[in-house]
Amino acid sequence: MLIQTAVFALFAALAVGGGFGVVFSRNPVRAVLWLILAFLAAAGLFVLQGAEFVAMLLVIVYVGAVAVLFLFVVMMLDVDFATLRAGMARSIPVGILISLLILMMIVWQAGRWSAGSDARPGIASPTPPLEEAENTVALGRILYTDHVLLFQIAGLILLVAMIGAIVLTFRHKSGVKRQDVVRQMYRDPAQSIELKDVDPGKGLR
Amino acid sequence: MIGLEHYLVVAAILFVTGIFGIFLNRKNVIIMLMSIELILLAVNINLVSFSVALGDMVGQVFTMFVLTVAAAEAAIGLAILVCFFRNRGSIAVNDVSQMKG
Repeated sequence: MLIQTAVFALFAALAVGGGFGVVFSRNPVRAVLWLILAFLAAAGLFVLQGAEFVAMLLVIVYVGAVAVLFLFVVMMLDVDFATLRAGMARSIPVGILISLLILMMIVWQAGRWSAGSDARPGIASPTPPLEEAENTVALGRILYTDHVLLFQIAGLILLVAMIGAIVLTFRHKSGVKRQDVVRQMYRDPAQSIELKDVDPGKGLR
Repeated sequence: MIGLEHYLVVAAILFVTGIFGIFLNRKNVIIMLMSIELILLAVNINLVSFSVALGDMVGQVFTMFVLTVAAAEAAIGLAILVCFFRNRGSIAVNDVSQMKG
């Protein structure tokens, strides 16, 4: 139990510290690196809770794809980030006020929350005991049966996002030489080759 | 003993940090998108914590869908950002109101 508490404290501190690093860092590249730290710490928290599959998914999708995408865009765009930070001090008091208000509301609600008496019978798909099926197996069992429609729609969303991103960033350049296969095939030697009879010593004019 | 409340507090702090980041970096769209990712991460922590605490697997399934939507949103947002930067040469949010079509 002591080890569990220590590991929880470590990962929770890393996650919160990563979050603060994202918000307060001056350099956007460092902000992305702090974001990666927060994601990894959250993955650690998920492992601690026994949700291994979601933890690994978080590492692969967020750290492997989303954070790298952010890093790529931050480094590709030549933006003067110092000018963007001008006037930041003005929004700090309002930001702190609203954030603290929301935090108080959430903590107050979470403090008085407890599961109702009819919550447990209403469970849609109970977690099987660990001997019967581990986390990934249990997740797969309900993901491909009960929630297959949602799974398909998630795939569709990713497809639409991919098409949208390509359409938005694709630029058609003019003046680039490309292969035109049909034109190549319909060329015949009679039009494209001219035979000339060259006299010796005269050259071709 | 670490219970549900501890995870909820971590998630609440991360959520509020994300909201504060949106307020703080009102001109920088990239940091704003990162703050939105933080908020979605906090939501994911909440979903997994309740899923484990109540013994219901559906929360983890839902986490996966939130993850999918977050990835799609980041991709589209950054694509719009790159497109916008090409046209305007800056990523200041104030200029986005001039975006048309």
